[in-house]
Order: sequence, then C-alpha cells, then structure tokens
Amino acid sequence: MPEILHTPLEARHAAAGAQLTEFGGWMMPLRYGSDLAEHAAVRERAGLFDLSHMAELRVRGAEAGAFLDHALAGRLSALELGQARYTLLLAASGGILDDLIVYRLGTTEWLVVANAGNRAVVVEALADRVTGFDATVVDETDDTALIAVQGPASQAIVEAIGLESEPLDDLGYYRILEAIFEGEDVLVARTGYTGEDGFELYVPNHAAEDLWDALVRVGTPLGLVHAGLAARDTLRLEAGMPLYGHELSTETLPAQVGVGRSVALKTKGDFVGRAAVEAGPAADAPVLVGLVAEGRRAGRAGYAVVDGDAEVGVVTSGALSPTLGHPIAMALVTPGHSGSLAIDVRGTRIPVTIVDLPFYRRQERA
Amino acid sequence: MTTQYTADHEWVRAEGDVHVIGITEHAQQQLGDVVYVDLPEAGRTFAAGEAIGEIESTKSVGELFAPADGEVVEANDSVSDDPTLVNQDAEGTGWLVKVRFTSEPELLDAAAYQATLG
Repeated sequence: MPEILHTPLEARHAAAGAQLTEFGGWMMPLRYGSDLAEHAAVRERAGLFDLSHMAELRVRGAEAGAFLDHALAGRLSALELGQARYTLLLAASGGILDDLIVYRLGTTEWLVVANAGNRAVVVEALADRVTGFDATVVDETDDTALIAVQGPASQAIVEAIGLESEPLDDLGYYRILEAIFEGEDVLVARTGYTGEDGFELYVPNHAAEDLWDALVRVGTPLGLVHAGLAARDTLRLEAGMPLYGHELSTETLPAQVGVGRSVALKTKGDFVGRAAVEAGPAADAPVLVGLVAEGRRAGRAGYAVVDGDAEVGVVTSGALSPTLGHPIAMALVTPGHSGSLAIDVRGTRIPVTIVDLPFYRRQERA
Repeated sequence: MTTQYTADHEWVRAEGDVHVIGITEHAQQQLGDVVYVDLPEAGRTFAAGEAIGEIESTKSVGELFAPADGEVVEANDSVSDDPTLVNQDAEGTGWLVKVRFTSEPELLDAAAYQATLG
C-alpha cells in the first residue's frame, strides 16, 4: 500500500473535531459534526471545504493547447484566458479514465485538476500523450492546497479576506483569476461541486492555514461552517454531478453517462478516444438516469434496479436527499424498460420514477 | 442497572425481565446523521445474530443484530418518528427495542467494549 497522504490543513481539521477518513489515498475530513447541518449550510449560507487531495497539473509550452486537444476530450485550446471547462480523459476505447476541470491561465499555460484517486493514471496518460508536443506537464499536487467556499454567501466571504484582485463581481461562473493573499499568489476560481455559487482557491501549502483561518474568521459571522466529504457527496448528488468510480468509469462511454457534450467531436481533429466515441455505445448499453422515490428508504450504490423480475440496472449513487426530503439516486439502466421500475433495497422493492437531472437547481441570482 | 455491550456496537441494559437495546455512542458517530430507522414489530421472534432492524444515515446503513434468541416486546416509536434521537442520545432516549431473551447473550462490559474500539 502506498503511504497515506496528508493535507496541510489536517491540524485544523483535528482542532475542529473532524472525523477523518481515507479518500483517494489521502486522510480527509468526512464530517465535523452533523453532515446534514453542513449540507444545509452550503445550500443556505456557506460551507468551507478542504479539497487539497485533488491533483493539480500545470501544463506549459508553445504547443500546450494542441497537446491538450490531443490528450483530452474537449477543445481546450479554444478557452479564453481565465476560462475553465469540464472535460474528460478518455482511453482509446472511449472509456473514461477521469473527469477534469481545465483552466486556461495564460497564452501558453493551463491548469488541469484531476481526482485524487486517478492522479497516477492522469499523470501517466499525460506524460505518455505529450510525446512529440512542445509542452511540459508538472504535477504540483504535493505543493498545492485547494480550499473551497461554496454557498450563496461565498462571494461576500471571499471578498472579506482582503484579497488583492479584480472585483469578484466580474468573475463569471467557470472563470479563474490570479490574486494575492498576504503576499502569496492565489488562484481564485468560480467553480465547485455542490450546485451552489462558490469559489475554489488554489494556494501554496505553506499559506493554506493562514487562508483557511482568514476564511473562518470572516465567514463564521456570515454563517460559514466547516463541511466534509459526506456533505460534498450529497450536495453533488442533488446537483446531478457525476463522481468518478460511481457514475463514470473505464467501462462507460461519455454518451452513456450524460457527459457526451464534453467531447468536442465537431470542433477539433483526432484525439485519444475519438474513434470509439464516434462509433458510440451499443444500442442496449445502459444509460445514466435520475431516480426518485417516496418515503425515506434510499437506494444506494450497487443496489439493483429492477423492472418486474428482471434486473435492468444498478444504482451508482443514492441517498435520502437532505434538501428535498425524499430518496434520490443516479443509476445506469438499460433502455426500453416498462416504466414501472423499482430499486431492490436489501430485499424490499422501492418503486422509483425516472426524472431529469439535476434533482436540485439553485435559484439564479436576481 | 449496568449497561453491557456487543462486538456489533450495540448496548444492552436489563430492565426487570426485559432488555433494552440500542447502538453505541461510537456507532452513531461512525454512522453520521441518522435519517431512517426500521424497527421490528412487537411479538416478532428472532435468533441470535439475526438482523432485526436497520439504521440508515445519509452515508451508510447499519443493521441491528440480535445478541441472542428472543422476542421483541416493544420498538421505540419515538425514534421511528425522529431518527435524530439516535444521534442526540444513542445510549438513552435513542434506544431502539425492548426484547425478552430466551437464550443467554454474549456481552462485554464497558472496559472490554472500549478495548475493541482500539
């Protein structure tokens, strides 16, 4: 087993009473107290997350854009300065090796953010695919902390810590800017994984505690609470956002799992996975659907979806939705079912209805 | 009124000729916020080791295992109505069932249970 990695904020988590858990090779806060309270705080005010387990890879070079267009599913060369995009790392088979956020930081510089559990796969794939391009890939994960502030109060909180930056009012969704916090360079991105407005702050490890403390100090009066991975998971599930290893895997093509639009088939030439994506999944391949049920018994990852006596799919993520108050699930289900589906919840069949994703959508700001 | 424990993170307390069972403080902490409990009806008989109830949190499902053979006398309806009682007071008002044992449960004292938690 590889050594467990530790975030630079672990002492802060311990002091705040966090229950730590191993996730993606890192010790991370699962919850600090009540995960339902943490979830509600993000929906209503703001939550503070340590996401330092996420992998940050810096891509630079005259051909960095062309390299990313070849290596990844999206057309990243077309990003404007300061723009972000959700994209995929595909295998030649078209299966998904990871889902990524890519930010354009300069004319010849991009930041690729990958899931902790896929870091080695992404580093290896990019190192392999960069051959022949005038570009370099540097894994900065071990030197970089990532702190997220998510929720309707997040802009007011980030504004109050005294960043030297352009006004956050001018920072649109899926945009990033360079700022300075107490003399340290910080990247401030308006991105997240909760379905709320929010910010993700990339900061050198040695400045992480000071930034965290500043956010706690100014945020607490505005309702900011520490939030762990348990709340992050129910928040992203309500927002219909896929999680690698649950909805996404090497066994699924993008079109099956609702991320087909992230593949730039029309606007760029060849790239790894293109032929398989163009060929498409088999006609009877399962597709990702949203399921809702009544009551309080939730289907969970791995539970069977049944149509009468036939097993027609499997739940990829499921929970009792804290915001909506009823069970929700995402599931991979073969097409052509009768419409009377159920989830087998440990021997009890819970009737479910297919719904469009997401389950929850925030009110847009006026 | 001594509280004893099982290796399945349940507590057992004798009250007259019945035993009260719940999950331990440690178990509720590990589960996180409890959002649903499914408890057996009074009169149900069970065998040692049988799962007789479920405790669901946002993140996981815990089962209530019978520590011995017996019969359910009463389920805690308050917990069914408000599962957060398990978080608030796991070893008190958050009790789950009262049972009458017909075989002898294998129980740990508090020190032995604490030792299992490492």
